[in-house]
Amino acid sequence: MRARRLNHLLKNALIYAGLVVFLSPFLIVILNSFKKTQYFIENPIAWPDPFRFANYADAFQKMNFMRGFANTLLITALSVLVILLFSSMTGYLFVRFKWKINRVLFFVMLAAMTVPFQVIMIPLVMVYGNLGLLDSKTTLIFMYMGFGVPLGVFMFHGFIKGISYELEESSFIDGCSRIRTFFQIVLPLLRPVVVTLAVLDVLWVWNDYLLPSLVLLSPANRTLPLSIYAFFSTYSVDYGPLMAGLIMTIIPILVFYLILQDHVIKGITEGALK
Amino acid sequence: MKRKTIWRNTGLFFLFAGPSLFAFTVVFLIPFLVGFYLTLTKWDVIRNDGSFVGFVNYAEVFRDKAFWTQLWFTIRYVFFTVIVSNLLAIAIALALTSGIKGERWLRAGYFTPNLIGGIVLGYLWQSLFSRVLPYLGEKYGWPLFQTSWLTNTDKAFWALVIATSWQFAGYLMIIYIAGFTGVPKDIVEAAKIDGAGNFAVLRKIVLRLAVPAIVVCVFLSLSRSFLTYDLNLSLTKGGPFHSTELATYYIVQMAFQSNQYGIGQAEAIVLFVVVAVIALTQSYLLKKLEVES
Repeated sequence: MRARRLNHLLKNALIYAGLVVFLSPFLIVILNSFKKTQYFIENPIAWPDPFRFANYADAFQKMNFMRGFANTLLITALSVLVILLFSSMTGYLFVRFKWKINRVLFFVMLAAMTVPFQVIMIPLVMVYGNLGLLDSKTTLIFMYMGFGVPLGVFMFHGFIKGISYELEESSFIDGCSRIRTFFQIVLPLLRPVVVTLAVLDVLWVWNDYLLPSLVLLSPANRTLPLSIYAFFSTYSVDYGPLMAGLIMTIIPILVFYLILQDHVIKGITEGALK
Repeated sequence: MKRKTIWRNTGLFFLFAGPSLFAFTVVFLIPFLVGFYLTLTKWDVIRNDGSFVGFVNYAEVFRDKAFWTQLWFTIRYVFFTVIVSNLLAIAIALALTSGIKGERWLRAGYFTPNLIGGIVLGYLWQSLFSRVLPYLGEKYGWPLFQTSWLTNTDKAFWALVIATSWQFAGYLMIIYIAGFTGVPKDIVEAAKIDGAGNFAVLRKIVLRLAVPAIVVCVFLSLSRSFLTYDLNLSLTKGGPFHSTELATYYIVQMAFQSNQYGIGQAEAIVLFVVVAVIALTQSYLLKKLEVES
């Protein structure tokens, strides 16, 4: 009995120790983000003495953190909003109206999900470059909508299939139009999918680098991943501020995760199993 | 009457599907089709003419030694990333489903690397590999770490595998946990009463019944690692001497640095076919291992 309990305790200790080792890359970078670069190079595992907050002020200013943050927030919020809105409507149409064209379009969208972005990026840049539409946040948001809609339609389609038609019918009898019925009766029922899809899309758009790096050319439009890239390219050896910059870039998404932890885990699981 | 319905349905269609279809068409469908056409033309930015050349670009891709070198490098990277990340994820998932206190917090903790984009993650590991590990190697005399891993091709390869696996493991762990929780307790109990050891239970029951989760995880880690770009850019930048360029990195360089749009696009399509064939084959093979509980 005693041996068993000891065994159990040992196992728990091991798992928690494992977590510390697993997260040590973060811990080391956090530790060193408070040091002068020179001290970091001399001894990267020593405790910072004194704690140097100037790195953060330095990084904040040099990578123009607020600009990157505001751009990323705007692009992420609007992209996710339009994806949710329009893909839920389309998913609804595809479930409730079994027209041939709807079935074909649904199939095309499913097929599109298997095509990696790498196959699209070169013609995309060429076409939008020729039209003079690059270097605009609006274009980028629109592109996220185009790339995000198939998964959205697919997920809403799967969920709406399971909702009975009776509710909507009684709403039509009351004289409600189709669009009003959708927004008042159907949309509130879609909450679980909305949350799952929002989580997946927020993580995707917020962290994306390749698409914005091709579309947003001027520094004024940079998102956080682009800002951190530019920051590292310019100050490649001044590790103190660079690490502070990394931590600052991580914080917003970490806060998002801490607030919505269960939803994120649920969203990731469902998204992966789809 | 009939005509009225048609009008109403058309209106309904454009109202509900119009915006999504428009975006999908002009962002995905048109570039996708243009992409195929592009591979059949001689398209570079300087000449800007796009004359039709047939399959010359594909021939060029197949002749290009550097393309095959990087594709082979990518396949090796994918192979080891899939193995390392899945083993790590299975180990963590098994530990967390063994009835430990605070499972929810541990799960959240192990998941965190996945929240972070590849660029940030790559820079994080870059500081570790280029500064912290060499320091430790010097101090404690570990020859493995004495020089930065990023200055040596073979070690930079493993740096990429480790950083990617670190990121994937938490994500795959979530799926494995869902898979392991689905294994009926009574089967495990019965096996233990019959005298099966822990390892036998794991190998013969838990892993066998979790095959659907394994199929999903191998598929996800495989297709995601084939397309790695951000991490490659920030961790090794293709170096030393272009020896660690993964497929996407190579294609981006070809298209947007060398301005060879046609060849770059042909390479992208070859990559897509390679990924699709490998991903489907492995799913097919692994699915055969599935058993009913």
